[in-house]
Amino acid sequence: MTPNDKLKAQHAKNGLAGFKVDLWNYEGEKGALIPLLQAAQDTYGYIPETAIDQISEIVGIPAAEIYGVITFYSQFRLKPLGKFLIKICDGTACHVNGSERIAGTIEDELQISGNDTTEDGLFTLQKVACLGCCSLSPVIMINDETYGRLTPKKVQQLLKEYKTKAQNPQTA
Amino acid sequence: MKTIKVGLGTCGVSAGGEKVYTALKNEIAREKIQVNLLETGCMGNCYNEVLVEVIDETGSSNMYGNVTPDKVKRILDEQVMNDKPIGEWIVKGKDAVAEDTFFAKQKRIVLRNCGIIDPDSIDEYIASGGYQAIQKVLKEYTPEQVIEIILKSGLRGRGGAGFLTGMKWRFCRQAAGDKKYIICNADEGDPGAFMDRSTLEGDPHSVLEGMMIGAYACGADEAYIYVRAEYPMAVRRLRHSIRKATEKGFLGENIFGSKVNLKIKIKEGAGAFVCGEETALIASIEGQRGMPRFRPPFPAQKGLWGKPTNINNVETYANIAWIVMNGAEAFAAMGTENSKGTKVFALAGKIARGGLVEVPMGLTINEIIYDIGGGIRDGKKFKAVQMGGPSGGCIPATMGDLQIDYQKINQTGAIMGSGGMVVVDETTCMVEMAKFFLRFTQDESCGKCTFCRIGTKRMLEILERITDGKGQAGDIELLEDLADKIRNNTICGLGQTAPNPVLTTLKYFRDEYEIHIRDKKCPAHSCAPLLTFTILEDKCTGCTLCARVCPAAAISGEKKKVHKIDQATCIKCGKCFETCNFKAIIKD
Repeated sequence: MTPNDKLKAQHAKNGLAGFKVDLWNYEGEKGALIPLLQAAQDTYGYIPETAIDQISEIVGIPAAEIYGVITFYSQFRLKPLGKFLIKICDGTACHVNGSERIAGTIEDELQISGNDTTEDGLFTLQKVACLGCCSLSPVIMINDETYGRLTPKKVQQLLKEYKTKAQNPQTA
Repeated sequence: MKTIKVGLGTCGVSAGGEKVYTALKNEIAREKIQVNLLETGCMGNCYNEVLVEVIDETGSSNMYGNVTPDKVKRILDEQVMNDKPIGEWIVKGKDAVAEDTFFAKQKRIVLRNCGIIDPDSIDEYIASGGYQAIQKVLKEYTPEQVIEIILKSGLRGRGGAGFLTGMKWRFCRQAAGDKKYIICNADEGDPGAFMDRSTLEGDPHSVLEGMMIGAYACGADEAYIYVRAEYPMAVRRLRHSIRKATEKGFLGENIFGSKVNLKIKIKEGAGAFVCGEETALIASIEGQRGMPRFRPPFPAQKGLWGKPTNINNVETYANIAWIVMNGAEAFAAMGTENSKGTKVFALAGKIARGGLVEVPMGLTINEIIYDIGGGIRDGKKFKAVQMGGPSGGCIPATMGDLQIDYQKINQTGAIMGSGGMVVVDETTCMVEMAKFFLRFTQDESCGKCTFCRIGTKRMLEILERITDGKGQAGDIELLEDLADKIRNNTICGLGQTAPNPVLTTLKYFRDEYEIHIRDKKCPAHSCAPLLTFTILEDKCTGCTLCARVCPAAAISGEKKKVHKIDQATCIKCGKCFETCNFKAIIKD
């Protein structure tokens, strides 16, 4: 049994859905830690502790060092996300065109701040430095959808639509 | 047959481009219209998005702007089917009623194919002259000859530092060792910059071709493109392009039938601005925390996995094929004495016409702001332009005649940077801008150097006090002292340039700092704690809306009677100001 097969078997035993292809195709290439962490996060929505232990076994790097890498990069999460991740762009152009007001509106509507998740697990907030759509500032992203030329009113409307979508998934 | 192109870079998509594309596709299928429908990258005039270009059989075209799905039917029925242009909707082209001057002074070399070809089609890239340069290089030039061409062109690194590219390649070529690497820095972390994103999304093969030529010149057989994860479309297009190029034998073993091998891999960033710094980027590819290393040794001697490595920015690579095909002299004929060629800028902020522009070096700031950008929105006044992102500085409007040139811009205290150009007007507070950038660099500091880690924090705290109305005498001197110490006691560009926004705003807008500190006022009426909100008696209708939204219950008044704000209770949140429909509340 190859190390990869052993891991697949372990995963199946622990009831963890398989990682994406990257992990199974890991061939001992150098510098694979970050892609493996990204694959784990793509699969689970965050990096669970069991994933860290397993990656540690594969690449031969101590878990403590892996934690050091995870906590350095802002993309990695150790806690699960809400259903909708709201990225509020606070890049220079958005900042100059009112991103703080948009952020304030969202925080007021959802009653959360910083990088929190709403109690119902629907929304997680994240302020990001630049989404690269400066001509449309101010901009936010909700999951993979980008929304530009925002005003506080438009944002309130948007959040209402998403709340409705969450309650009625069939009509989405 | 006519062709319809829809601009679908990330911002085109964000403006609703995909919905327009789908509407076009459906209508074309429904009416069985004989026309080519293509996706393309950023066309540049982002302020007019969604953009749809209709090109007729002779090659002449009309570009429709601000297109929405409900406009699609008319465009198809009138322009496409009956050659009847809808003048008011056309922003550029043969039937434009009033074409603006956005494109007039531009020279698109890096962006030569952006917005014109389908970025997913390697055949279109080849048809537009692509992959001719690498074949010419492999057949006719030795690596040293290629380096000579790039040196003669005067091309300087477009990532921000502006180091002579030919020189960098030579160092890597001359380094000892058989195993070498080429890296493309596509981490574009400067907030307000989207030049690299647009190039990668709109013409990915131009970057690949530049890397192939660079790999041949330096002697590398393995290459990485380090793209920030926040650019999923760029990652997707690059993966697709690499796959197509490999299928055609342009990558892999014996590329183009030569003795050269080259594999290009993609590494996605994980959200760390500092990984745009070359040694931090290398550490990140190696799977470590992205913390910069002391240099020397430079990556050209000891880079990825300790081997000689050449790193260049996306825009630098995108210039290479053009230089090889058109000659070093042609490139050097553009620009100024020490800044040859063109530069791509991401024009954004308070500008009337924001978008992606490429201009020959030597154009003035005023030409970019007014001739290309159309001046300031909403009739406001041009105050300053921020260049170079968090490493750069603010150049005041009074220096608008300054030429775009590495040396001249460095002399102002700002830097050319990667190309972000954020324009601000009189409603932007320069102290607040400095604070904004410090907050960013402080957050992104890797923490290795004490002066960066703690120094930026202390500078930020001082700026926060000043914008909070708690500035003290001596604060400015303290900021200048800290800035000097941080610049001279840190090992990487982040720390060395973090104080720049503060230093340039102090240099050109010192009075704003002094007014904040001494008078506890904000001349731009922007810093909330320093504002006073007042209800104008002659405008207030007593609608009670402001009182209802006030979170501090600081507004009192009866229905239909003039309301009043209790200044002692007011928390200066500005909600009343935003809510009032009668312009009856002022802030000053």
